[in-house]
Amino acid sequence: MSSQAELDKLIHGDYEAGFISAIESDTLPPGLNEDVVRFISEKKGEPEWLLEWRLAAYRRWLSMPVPQWAHLEHPPVDFNEISYYSAPKSMSDGPKSLDEVDPELLRIYEKLGIPLHEQEMLAGVAVDAVFDSVSVGTTFKAKLLEAGVIFCPISEAVHTYPELIKKYLGTVVPQGDNYYAALNSAVFSDGSFVYIPKGVRCPMELSTYFRINEAKTGQFERTLIVADEGSYVSYLEGCTAPMRDENQMHAAVVELVALPGAEIKYSTVQNWYPGDAEGKGGIYNFVTKRGVCHDDAKISWTQVETGSAITWKYPSVILRGDNAIGEFYSVALTRNLQQADTGTKMIHLGKNTKSTIISKGISAGRSSNVYRGLVRMSPRAENARNFTQCDSLLLGDQCAAHTFPYIESRNPSAMIEHEATTSKVSDDQMFLCRSRGIDPEKAVSIIVNGFCKEVFKELPMEFAVEAGKLLEVSLEGAVG
Amino acid sequence: MLEIRNLHATVAGEEILKGLDLTVKPGEVHAIMGPNGSGKSTLTNLLAGREEYAVASGEVLFEGKDVTELEPEERAHAGIYLAFQYPVEIPGVSNLEFLKASLEATRAAQGKEPWDAVTLLRQAREACKQVDLDPQFLKRGVNEGFSGGEKKRNEIMQMLLLEPKLALLDETDSGLDIDALQVVARGVNSLRSPDRAIVMVTHYQRLLDYIVPDYVHVLADGRILKSGGKELALELEQRGYGWLTGEEEASA
Repeated sequence: MSSQAELDKLIHGDYEAGFISAIESDTLPPGLNEDVVRFISEKKGEPEWLLEWRLAAYRRWLSMPVPQWAHLEHPPVDFNEISYYSAPKSMSDGPKSLDEVDPELLRIYEKLGIPLHEQEMLAGVAVDAVFDSVSVGTTFKAKLLEAGVIFCPISEAVHTYPELIKKYLGTVVPQGDNYYAALNSAVFSDGSFVYIPKGVRCPMELSTYFRINEAKTGQFERTLIVADEGSYVSYLEGCTAPMRDENQMHAAVVELVALPGAEIKYSTVQNWYPGDAEGKGGIYNFVTKRGVCHDDAKISWTQVETGSAITWKYPSVILRGDNAIGEFYSVALTRNLQQADTGTKMIHLGKNTKSTIISKGISAGRSSNVYRGLVRMSPRAENARNFTQCDSLLLGDQCAAHTFPYIESRNPSAMIEHEATTSKVSDDQMFLCRSRGIDPEKAVSIIVNGFCKEVFKELPMEFAVEAGKLLEVSLEGAVG
Repeated sequence: MLEIRNLHATVAGEEILKGLDLTVKPGEVHAIMGPNGSGKSTLTNLLAGREEYAVASGEVLFEGKDVTELEPEERAHAGIYLAFQYPVEIPGVSNLEFLKASLEATRAAQGKEPWDAVTLLRQAREACKQVDLDPQFLKRGVNEGFSGGEKKRNEIMQMLLLEPKLALLDETDSGLDIDALQVVARGVNSLRSPDRAIVMVTHYQRLLDYIVPDYVHVLADGRILKSGGKELALELEQRGYGWLTGEEEASA
C-alpha cells in the first residue's frame, strides 16, 4: 500500500503529527457563560438571530445532564477549564489567497503531509483548511462557483448566504438534540458550509482538514452540507492533532441535507492524538453527525477512526423520504487505553427505504471498542430493509469488543438482518505470513487491512491509501 | 544443506520427535513417509519455525548454521519454504498484495533487486500459469474460498516466485485429483536444480511417481526407522508400515 521509504518514515518517530506550533493566538480565557457566547457571536459579527439561537442553545445546555449511557470511562470534563475562542492572530485581517497565509501555518500543513499548494496542483481537491477556529486558504473557489457550488467557512456563509443558513442550520441536529450538540450550538467556532444546486454534480471532491492546536481550546466545528434536488457531492474530512498533555475536548456537529434525488458521500479519516501508552493526553471526541434523506436521496457515511482517547460518535441517517438510502461504513481501531463507543442510527420513516451498516472494530492493547447501532422501522416504513454486519477483531487478550445493536420495528413488512462476528488474528495466519518472510508487525497490518477491506473500498482513492497507512502506524507495537 | 542431528522436539509438552537424524544435500529430493502421528508435519513445521514446536535437544543446521533460534521470517529469508498442508485463509488480503509483501521482504533480505509492480505482476501471472491457476486468483483473498486443490496449487505458485533453497512440502498431494497432482508435480519439478533441495512429506506413493525422490525415509514414533531409495516407497505401498514399526496392522 505504501513504499518502503514512506513506511520507514511512518514507523520511526512516535506520533508524527504531534508537534505544537508557535503561532500567536487571540484566545479567550477559559470559562463558559452567556458573555462568552456573546463574545464569540460578536467576534464573528453575527446577526442578531444567530446570537439568539446560540443563547437558546446555551440555556438549553445548562439544563441538560451529561449523557452516561455510553460504554466509556473518563473523568468528568470541566467545561469552565476550556477556552471557547481562539484564532491565529495573523489571520484577523483575513488572507485573500494562499500567498497571504502565514508561512508557519503552511509549514505545519506540509509537516502533516498535506501541502495545500501541491494539492491544488495535483489532486484537484478544494481544501477549506480549518486551523483552530478560523478557516484559511480556501481553494478552487472559482471553479466551484462556476458550477454554482458553494463551499466556504460557515462563518462566512452566515453573511453571504444568510437565507440558506437560516433555512437549514439546526434542522437536522436541533440545538437541544443532545448535550454535546447543545454545547456546540452555543459556542461553535467555525466549519464548512456546502451547497450543491439542483442537478449539479460537484466537479471535485471537497475536503477539509481539521486541526486542534491551541492548548486547552475546545474545538466546536459546525458543518452544514445541503445537496439540492438531484445533485451529488463527495466530502472528505481528515484530522490530525498535535501532541498534548491535557485532554482536549472536541464536540463537532455535522448536518447533511439530501433533498429529493440527491446523494451525499461523507468520508472521514480521523487520527487525533489518542494519548500515550497510559492514555495520557488524548483527545475527547464527542461528535454529532446526522443526515436527512428526502425521496430517492442517498447518504453514505464512511469513517476510519484510529485516533482520540475517547470517541463518542454515531453518524446517522434519517430516511425521511420514500426510496431513500442510508449507508454507514466504519473502521474503528483502538489501542493502548483508547475507548471508542461508535456506530450509527438508521431511522426508516419512508417507504422502500434501505440501509446498510458495515462496522469493523479492531481492538488492541487494553482498549475498549464498542459498536452501538440503532435501526428503527417506523409504522409507515413499508418494505424498508436494513442489513447490518458488525465484525470485531481482537489483537491480544487484554482488549475488549462489545456490540450493542438496538432494533425497533413497528412495520411488519420491514426486513432487518443483523450479522455479528468476533475473531482474533489467528496464529495460523501469522505463521503463514511470517513463513513467507513477512515480519510480525507488517503481518498484523496486512491481516487487519484485509479485515477492513469492505470499508476501505468505499473510500475515495487517496483516502483509502491514507487509511491503510494510518492503520499500519496505529498498529505499531500492537503485536506480541 | 540441511543437517538434523538427534533432534528431540515437543508440542504442548509432549515429545513428538525423539532423536531424528536427517541429512539433505543440495540437488536432492527426499520423501518422508510414515503413519499418522509419527511426527512428519511436526518436522516440517518445526523447520519453518512454528513457535508451538519447541526443540528440546539436538541440532538443526541449514547451510552449516544453527537455525533453531531464528524467527520464521528469518528462515524464509534464508531460503526455507514450507508449502502448508492446510493453507489458512486471510480474508480481504489479495493474493497479489500478499505476494508483494512477501517478495519485497524476502528479496530485500536476500540482497536481491526489488521487483517493480509490472515485474511482479508478470512473474506472478507466469507462476499461476505454471500451476494451471487462473490469474484471477491473484485478485482474490489469500486462499479465500479456494478449493483444496486450488490452495495447494497456490502454495506451489508462491514457492515458484520465492525460489527457496529448501522446499518443504507438507502433504501437498492430499486432496488432489490425479490431474491436479500432475500439475503440482510439474511445478515442483521445475524448481529442481543442483543447488536446491526438496523435502516432501506424504502418505502416498503416487506422488512419488511424479516427483521422483532420491531418498525415501520412514518416520515412525519420532525417529527415522528406515531409509532407502525410491523403491522403498513401493515396498511401503505393498506392505504398509507394520513390518517396520513392529505392529501387526498395516496402515496405508
